[in-house]
Amino acid sequence: LRKNVEDFTGPRERSDLGFVTFDITADILNGKTSIFDWNVKQLFLYLSAEYSTKNNALNQVVLWDKIMLRGDNPRLFLKDMKSKYFFFDDGNGLKGNRNVTLTLSWNVVPNAGILPLVTGSGHVSVPFPDTYETTKSY
Amino acid sequence: AEVRRVPAMLSLDFLDDVRRMNKRQLYYQVLNFGMIVSSALMIWKGLMVVTGSESPIVVVLSGSMEPAFHRGDLLFLTNRIEDPIRVGEIVVFRIEGREIPIVHRVLKIHEKQNGDIKFLTKGDNNAVDDRGLYKRGQHWLEKKDVVGRARGFVPYIGIVTILMNDYPKFKYAVLFLLGLFVLVHRE
Repeated sequence: LRKNVEDFTGPRERSDLGFVTFDITADILNGKTSIFDWNVKQLFLYLSAEYSTKNNALNQVVLWDKIMLRGDNPRLFLKDMKSKYFFFDDGNGLKGNRNVTLTLSWNVVPNAGILPLVTGSGHVSVPFPDTYETTKSY
Repeated sequence: AEVRRVPAMLSLDFLDDVRRMNKRQLYYQVLNFGMIVSSALMIWKGLMVVTGSESPIVVVLSGSMEPAFHRGDLLFLTNRIEDPIRVGEIVVFRIEGREIPIVHRVLKIHEKQNGDIKFLTKGDNNAVDDRGLYKRGQHWLEKKDVVGRARGFVPYIGIVTILMNDYPKFKYAVLFLLGLFVLVHRE
């Protein structure tokens, strides 16, 4: 789903706005043991879309994020989620873009120590259609 | 038999010796103090070089990154140019014209072929992104605004610097005690 609308939070030009609906099934485990060991306070999970356009060689946009505290259920089973943040491109690079990849990553926040960023092993490609949607409601 | 005045003179000489010795010891302790301060400065400069950041250690001042970081937590930063800025990273940046740097997470990046990058940030605990915080007319941050990337952290310890900032009397008390300790300590 994609619409061409005015970007109200950015410069006053028409930019592509993408609408993505997604499901996430994830098991935050590190092999047999949970990633939530004694020194892990929380995980900051985020779903990001990465793609290239004529204007920019690399674009990364966070669509959705979630804080998972130690003690929360480490299994994610989300369906039909809408993106939390507006998926605006810097220009019109989403139309017809076949190579938009969605990846789930997370930032491990320890009680004290190093802050690593980990990328999940699965990723999904989301091709955008060649035309704009003008009437569908989101 | 005459009463010799030697004991009295001796005691005066002794006092002179003590006074002289104390002066020498005082100079020694002052030099010691100077060495400690210089070493501390050298370590700090060394950290700046190794991490590439002008501020390799910063204290979190607000609650906009809770529950990950709270006021008083200490963050360790690096600012190596070779490390590209990517979404999800925690950056410490300064807005032009403002003195106080902000610690937030990168939400969006648009990078050109030649490496020019513009990015948007948001605090984990904030409902909206940081565009409202940027300078008037500024919609993106650039590499030059970045002080460093948070690579590690230690909780609570930075509270001391916040206390020293908010209560100047506390700062003077701490400095006074430190100075006293170094001067008096026999090493």
